[in-house]
This record gives sequence, structure tokens and C-alpha cells, in this order.
Amino acid sequence: MSGIIGVFRKEITVTFSSPIFYAAGFIFLLISGYFFYSGTAYFSLLSFQAAQNPFLSESLNLTDMVIKPFFGDLAVILLLMLPLLTMRLYAEEKRSGTIELLFTYPVSDGAVLAGKFAATGVVLLVMLAGTVPYMIILESMADLEWGIVASGYLGVILMGASFISLGIFTSSLTENQIVAAVISFGALLLFWAVGWAKSLVGPGLGAVLEHLAIIDHLNAFTQGLIDTRHIVYYGLFILFWLFLTHRFLNSRFWRG
Amino acid sequence: MIHVEGLTKFYGLKPAVRDISLDIERGKIVGLLGPNGAGKTTILRILTCFMQPTAGSVTVDGLDCRTQSLEVRKRIGFLPETVPLYTDLSVQAFLGFAGKIKGLNGTDLKREVDRVVADCGLQAHRKRLIKHLSKGLKQRVGLAQALIKDPPLLILDEPTTGLDPAQIIEVRNLIRELGGERTVLLSTHILPEVDQICERVIIVHNGRVRKEDTPGNLARDIQQGLRTILSVDGPEEEVLRSLSGLAGVTGAQPTGRPGEIVVTSAGDEAVRPLMARTVVESGWGLREMRSSELSLEEVFVHLVTEETEQQGESGS
Repeated sequence: MSGIIGVFRKEITVTFSSPIFYAAGFIFLLISGYFFYSGTAYFSLLSFQAAQNPFLSESLNLTDMVIKPFFGDLAVILLLMLPLLTMRLYAEEKRSGTIELLFTYPVSDGAVLAGKFAATGVVLLVMLAGTVPYMIILESMADLEWGIVASGYLGVILMGASFISLGIFTSSLTENQIVAAVISFGALLLFWAVGWAKSLVGPGLGAVLEHLAIIDHLNAFTQGLIDTRHIVYYGLFILFWLFLTHRFLNSRFWRG
Repeated sequence: MIHVEGLTKFYGLKPAVRDISLDIERGKIVGLLGPNGAGKTTILRILTCFMQPTAGSVTVDGLDCRTQSLEVRKRIGFLPETVPLYTDLSVQAFLGFAGKIKGLNGTDLKREVDRVVADCGLQAHRKRLIKHLSKGLKQRVGLAQALIKDPPLLILDEPTTGLDPAQIIEVRNLIRELGGERTVLLSTHILPEVDQICERVIIVHNGRVRKEDTPGNLARDIQQGLRTILSVDGPEEEVLRSLSGLAGVTGAQPTGRPGEIVVTSAGDEAVRPLMARTVVESGWGLREMRSSELSLEEVFVHLVTEETEQQGESGS
């Protein structure tokens, strides 16, 4: 436990003293702010038009038109940003040789991995916390469905944690941070888009691909639906990549 | 403290160390000496559980490195060759991390950090980021992290490489002071270093242990008889001829410096006054006369070249 806390604290200190976090965090807030602004501005434009058009006003819904797309936008930005935050986790240690310290301290590989994962999870939470004011601004002008907002955040957090676990795995493969980021980004994009082929490959395989697709599981959360299936999907996704990372790090003992 | 038997490590198909057996006693400062690429780092990395051997057994304090790796690691403070440090952290934060990960908490952690900071003379630099420190100070931070939680075994991989002469002396003194009750195993390719700090030397070459003894014994073994260096004012060839003609002298050669001659003789000390008298009575000036022992450097070169010769013979 002491090992997990030690690694966790170190990762937090290193992350918050590195320019990558501030650059990624800045861009994350800038783009998500822009998406939020354009979403709400468009909604208010439609609201003005609805004043003259009763049919349109019936179909206007703040949650469907602003909140739901906003969480989808957050997922896209995280897809672009998180590989940049996970790329250094092991690759930098390998490049600078500090991995030699980490592997000779009396701490298990699992504890190091848990500490790194938890620290990056906290960084994700900090970034997402930066978007909460948007919701508060919206609440000041409209009636927000906070239940849906909460379940949306839960979905985005689970999805972000999944991105992180895959990113940690690719970072453990190489000592080059760029390579780690590129592989992680590519793999995530593949998991994102894998469901698009479902109609081409027949019903059996199609269903498998659909369930594999990482973004499809977010939709239920943004509708306010917390379904165990989707929680299990993200949970398994996270554990699978963390397990592979652990096995791969362990392979140093038997590889030549 | 350390017991190694039949240690072999292959990198792919290339053997790095072959069939090494060692025993290192508690409380000794031991030097692992060898040219670059001899396998020193590999041996140390296996002892610290960073890698596992291809074959053979390694135990530290009676614990097996393969199956009780975490227990072994608790007993070892390790300074790797490249002195890897988290350069974005301050000295204090880094040592705090090292202590925490070694299982220290609260006031114990604070006390240990204070202690190693004082031992390594880092008081003035606690708040500085490691990336802003000089090479010598980084080396001390590396030593400090190895010393945290007072491990009974210190393993230092080339602790003085890349330092300037003043820093080298500082680090050597530090290591000697730190020795005390601890067992210290350090690797180096710098010969005087072993001569100065180590109580035992293990010479490694081409992945095998060539020799293991105290620095003094190693020199004595190889050197047969007495060596005397004379600095004489006189015609060199004649001096050489008359000195090598003396009873008991087995050889006389110029050392390369003007007027200096090295004379080897069989064990008896009595031959030295005879040499002096011969020089003086011949009317030459005797500027200097001293006895000379083989330096570790010469022992080392001797051992290494001996092996290459043997290999050459067996190859042809």
C-alpha cells in the first residue's frame, strides 16, 4: 500500500510540474468550451425561432440538444488528449533509466501500475472538473436535469479510464513516448470505429463488433441510463489492458 | 551476505556472464573490477533482482533472488550506473518518494530523509529541482536514495564515473564512511579506486571471474621476487650490464624514463646493498633507489593479457 501511495504521489507531482498537462488541459478546456458555447448558442437561436413556431417548441429539449452532444464532444477530445497524458508513464521511465530504480525498489509491479493508473485517473477528474462550471452556468439560465448530467459524467469518467488503461499498456511497450502515443491513439480510434462495420459482416460478427465499440456504451449514460452491462464493459476493458501491462512488464524476467 | 553459484546470463544467444560463483561476507567493501563490457553491470543487475539469471542461483542474506525478490530488494540499496533520477522532482520530494516506496511513513520517513540528506551533504540543496543540480550533486542524490531505510547491502555500479577529480575523492570518502557495518559491493574499471576503498577485489573479464583476493595479495601473487628501481647517472648500457651480472639478479631493464632501471631479483634483500655498492664503486651517480611493488594496474593487465594469450593458443 505504501508503494502505491508513493508512486501515486510521485506521478501527481511529475504530472503537475510538466508542461504536457497544462497544454493538454488548456486545449481540452478551450475546445470543450467552444463546443459547449456553440451548442448552447444554437439552442438559444432555435428557442427564439420557436417563439413564432409552436411545432418547433415542442421538440426543443435542453438535455437532448445540449447536454447529450456535449458529453459526446468530451469523449472525442479525451480520445485526442489522453494518449498524450499516458504516453510518458512507462516510456519516460524506460528512456531515462529510472525504471531500474522502480524495478529494484521493494515494491511489486502491480503496486506501481496501480499507483500510475490512479494518478492519471485523478488527472482526468481534474480536467473534467474544469467543465463543471459550464453546467452551473447552464443551470443559472435553464432547468437542468442533474441526474442525466451525473450519469453522463460517470460514463465519460469510465470511458476516460478505459483510454488511460490502454494508453498505459502502449507506454509499457516502448521507450519512445511518441510511439506510445501513436499506437494508443490508433488503437483507441479502432475501438471507436469498429462498430461501423457491423452491417457489412453479417448478424453474428456484427453484434460482436457493435458490443466491442467503445463509444456505443457511452450513449446509455448520456441518456441517464446506468446499465450494468456498460459498466461491466468498461470495467473489463480497463482490467484487460492493465492485466496485459502487468504481464508484459513481468516478461522481463524470462525474455533474453 | 551474497552467495552466487553457477550464475549464467545470456542476452539472446550472446553470453554476458558465464558460470560465476562468488561469496561475499557481511561488512566487507568489495570491488568488482573489469574492463567495460566484462559483465559487471549484468552481475549487479541480477543481484538487485532487476533481471533474472539464465541459470544458477543467487541468494542475498539467505533469500533467493528469484522467488523472494521483494524481500531481497528490501535489503538492498542500489545506485545504477547511469544514476537515473526523477529530474522534475526536488531533492526532498524524490527522497520522500524513495522512502515512501521502501515502506516508511510519517515521522520515520521525515527522519530518514533528514539523515541521508545530512550524510550525503545535501542540506543546502533540498528544495532544488534535481535537473538543476551538478553531476556531482546528482551522484550524491543517487547515493542518498540508495541509503534510505539503511539497507544492510549497498550495490553501487561505477559510482565515480564522470565526476571531476575532487568529486571522485569526495564520493570515495563518502563510500568509505558509509561502509562501516554495511556490506558494499561496487563495480569499477578504475584501478586505484579499488586499491583505495576495497578490502577485496573480484576481477571479472569476458563474463568470468578471473581472480578474487585482497588488493595486496593480488599484486604479490603475480610479482615474483623483489623489484628495485634505480636512477643512475651513467652510461646506460654499461650500468645494465654490470647490474644484471650481479649474483641473485634475474633481470635488469630500462623503465623508459631517462636513467631509470628496474631490477628484478630473487627473494633475498641482501642484493640491494650490493647493487648500490656496484653503482657507486663504478663511479656513477646513484640518484635514487626504491623498491617497487606491482600496481594493481599491472596485475590487471597481466591477468587480462594472460587470458587472451591462452585463448589465442587454444584457438590456433
